[in-house]
Amino acid sequence: MNGMIGMNTLNSTQVWIAIGLTVAGCYLVKLAGLLVPAQTLERPLVQRLAALLPVALLAALTAQQTFATGAHLTLDARAAGVAAAALALVLRAPFLVVVGAAVVVTAGVRALGG
Amino acid sequence: MAEQTAHPATRDIRDDHPSDGRDGSGGAAAGGAGKPDAAVVRDALGVGVAVGLSGFAFGVTSAGAGLTLLQTCVLSLLVFTGASQFALVGALAGGGNPFTAAAGAFFLGTRNAFYGLRLSQLLALPRSVKPFAAQWVIDETTAVALAQPDRRSARLGFTVTGLALYLLWNLTTLLGALGAEAIGDTAAWGLDAAGPAVFLALLAPMLRTATERATAGIAVLLGLGLLPVLPAGVPVLVAALAAPAVLWFQGRRAQKRSAAHEKAPR
Repeated sequence: MNGMIGMNTLNSTQVWIAIGLTVAGCYLVKLAGLLVPAQTLERPLVQRLAALLPVALLAALTAQQTFATGAHLTLDARAAGVAAAALALVLRAPFLVVVGAAVVVTAGVRALGG
Repeated sequence: MAEQTAHPATRDIRDDHPSDGRDGSGGAAAGGAGKPDAAVVRDALGVGVAVGLSGFAFGVTSAGAGLTLLQTCVLSLLVFTGASQFALVGALAGGGNPFTAAAGAFFLGTRNAFYGLRLSQLLALPRSVKPFAAQWVIDETTAVALAQPDRRSARLGFTVTGLALYLLWNLTTLLGALGAEAIGDTAAWGLDAAGPAVFLALLAPMLRTATERATAGIAVLLGLGLLPVLPAGVPVLVAALAAPAVLWFQGRRAQKRSAAHEKAPR
């Protein structure tokens, strides 16, 4: 596994803690939806917040994973790849083409020394 | 899951009123003779196969981020909601601590509670089945179940989609992780761009109105701007506050408008 993009050898205990928390949290929210009385989550403000929360999280995650290297902002081949994915999305390409475009363009730019 | 089908589904779920006739009896009447089982299974398998394949991208990304084969497979087996899984491994690779990393994944997973709410009414599951069905409450199973004309088809669609996705997602995760180990340097192959591309593909269909675009824009600024100054993993959580902030601002503006309207001469 050495030489991969993570390069930081992750602390195994910490990773397992994160996995345990995520497993429990994600399962419990799924179950909660099936179990709670309908009116709890049917309030308009709760619904609108639930719709907007993924927008904020996905936007921040996309930006960070495109431009962040550790705690620094960098402009590298990933930006070209994600731009290609954005173009594919505008052209209404299927999901796998979008991801494929990002991978191929990133690899290409890197091979050219970008 | 690669939730490329998520957004039409999300839209259906939010825009449909709970009493739109899909909750069993009304749906059956509207659907006439109902839908043949084979057609339901075909729908379900189509979604399942298309999406299950992107488990491969997750396996590659997770292994590339430095998680072991076992850790990667446990995530797909037990978390089984794609965006949360991608977010978790991305946060860990970025040096985030386990708690902030898990918090980001958790907040992305909260939408499944709203799917569960709709499915609970639609499928009318026995209480003893709910703990098992819960694991399959995700974007795609909800989309397929809600698209069916009656409860019987909805249950069949939910089950077949869930099963197909669960098997394929885990199989392709394993293959992706093994492939990444075989390749070695995943970055040289551009595979580190797969994660952000998946997020972008999930995000794009959500950006329908100015509200969503403003939220996304503020979240990007917060996520990038705070990156150098806050501990890893925290900026994403702060960026999530863009959602309540935009709603609060909208609420205030609506209030002001109605106040001004009342004062205006008639």
